[in-house]
Amino acid sequence: MADTMDSRRLSELVIDDRERGLFRVHRSVFTDPDILARERERIFDRCWIYAGHESEVRKPGDFVTRRVAGRPVIITRGRDGKVRVLLNTCTHRGAMVCREPAGNARVHQCFYHGWSFTPEGKLSGIPGRAAYSEAFDQRELGLREPPGGTSVYRDFIFVNFYPANDVPLEDYLWNAKDYLDLVADQSAGRMEIVSGTQSYTVRANYKLLVENSIDGYHAMTTHKRYFDWLVDANAMDRMETEFLRDADESRRFSPRALGNGHSVPGRAVASWGRPMAHWIPYFGKERESHFKEMYRNAVERLGQERAHQVCMCSGNLQIFPNLLINDIMSTNIRTYYPVEPGCVEVSSWCLGPEEEEPEERALRLDNFVSFLGPGGFASPDDIEVVEVCQRGYETVGEVNYSDVSRGMKRSSLSERDELQIRAFWRQWSRLMNAEEPVSIHDRPGL
Amino acid sequence: MTSAAKQITRQQVEDFLFHEAALLDEWRLSEWLDLFTKTCGYYVPPTDVPEGDHHTSLFLIADDRERLESRVGQLMGRFVHAEHPRSRTRRLISNVRIREPSGDTLRVTSNFIVYRIRLEVTDAYVGRYEHTLVHRDGGLKIRERRAILDLDALRPQGKISILL
Repeated sequence: MADTMDSRRLSELVIDDRERGLFRVHRSVFTDPDILARERERIFDRCWIYAGHESEVRKPGDFVTRRVAGRPVIITRGRDGKVRVLLNTCTHRGAMVCREPAGNARVHQCFYHGWSFTPEGKLSGIPGRAAYSEAFDQRELGLREPPGGTSVYRDFIFVNFYPANDVPLEDYLWNAKDYLDLVADQSAGRMEIVSGTQSYTVRANYKLLVENSIDGYHAMTTHKRYFDWLVDANAMDRMETEFLRDADESRRFSPRALGNGHSVPGRAVASWGRPMAHWIPYFGKERESHFKEMYRNAVERLGQERAHQVCMCSGNLQIFPNLLINDIMSTNIRTYYPVEPGCVEVSSWCLGPEEEEPEERALRLDNFVSFLGPGGFASPDDIEVVEVCQRGYETVGEVNYSDVSRGMKRSSLSERDELQIRAFWRQWSRLMNAEEPVSIHDRPGL
Repeated sequence: MTSAAKQITRQQVEDFLFHEAALLDEWRLSEWLDLFTKTCGYYVPPTDVPEGDHHTSLFLIADDRERLESRVGQLMGRFVHAEHPRSRTRRLISNVRIREPSGDTLRVTSNFIVYRIRLEVTDAYVGRYEHTLVHRDGGLKIRERRAILDLDALRPQGKISILL
């Protein structure tokens, strides 16, 4: 059992030798069911976890259902306009009260005995109410919410399952807020989730996907075919891919740890185009003037420097423990939840400005599916590589450690160094190692 | 012009679809590509919006002719790691129906199960095809090919690295 794991072993799972510049992760963290049990308790049941986006429930009564941190939930907008995340289990006997993936409902009725709940979660109807005693309090039996709270930052909805949680979402997000702002600022109004979800399973540990999603080192080897396609399609200059392969690594992207385990591999102008005002010839000459106009509008709204960051620059954002936002040739929100040590459920969405013109929206989607997702020209190879890592870990008894040391003693880091991955592991290790659970906020008050 | 499409029998269409399936299962992908018209589309809609439009919904795959040529070229090359070594696939196609013959065009629906076997893992993809076929030079060509999955999610399949 997790709580009987001896502390010596736990402290050896992540070896962080800053003096010598060595960083090692014990491969049992990817395979051991006791580790996963402890991760559920120490990480997923304590940290703020992304649940959804305000745009998914625009009107009162709108709802979506999904699993968040392993729990079935209903994300609803109440008639008071407020978004709530309700645990999708009847307070009577436990059946899921809503089984539709999305919709609009004035009431959610459990079909077992007919108890019904409002979009605000109140228990509004009990067949045969008079049969219950005076002690039975209907007001106490509304659908429950995550005990640690539900909180929204710029339309991103997070939940917390720790009853004694005392860390507000904004403190938890720390410097990751700045990068969420860069994503949200693509819109003069609000961002929205585009229709269509990519839901898939990967037969690997979720942490392998976290690492892979912010790993700049693998791009030119694992994704050679994607970059070759970009060049062939005139969507990227061949010089640029040669540069990516060989040149001075420190030119553009520099990774940052953002506090509490969040990190970015860096943010810089990339070679691909972005439907948010970064035009390249691949998008067609006829669209160039509209892109210039969008960029001018962004400069007017955000100022020169920020417009450049929002429109021209690309970057991935990793929010501990299981949210990835790829703000690259399209904008992708992706969550991971471990079903087993060697199995993770992924849900992935496209995000775009709600005022986006149909042509740019189509480009955003086209850019997305070219690279990302189960049928893109890149993600299948990422899935393959993490799955064969997982298979490789059947040798964990003989080959104990993976190396995550790249760049440790360098003064100038690029996205190919692994600082952004070490930031994840340092927080992971901090939360997992301590004998008694420690705060999810690394340095409260900072 | 008389309606060439109305002369086509279900048996001809079935022969065509079975031939297409065999080319895919045998990895004769450039021959498969030759079955398509010069402008064409290959689509896999998202599992939660099966009737969606790829301009407004996030698809799993939305290839035009150029993208499809590239996909085939990549699959025949060395750098699709997800298909190296290659999967074995076996596709079963049934319930073939000719829906709307008009002019030289006919819409055909069929049901499929595609098995993908690789590294001792077997995955099944279940759904229906919607082919838009055109009758050209005495033969049939594919103008649009839509593989609509009945799955709730790609669980456990994870990826669509084969041609579905």
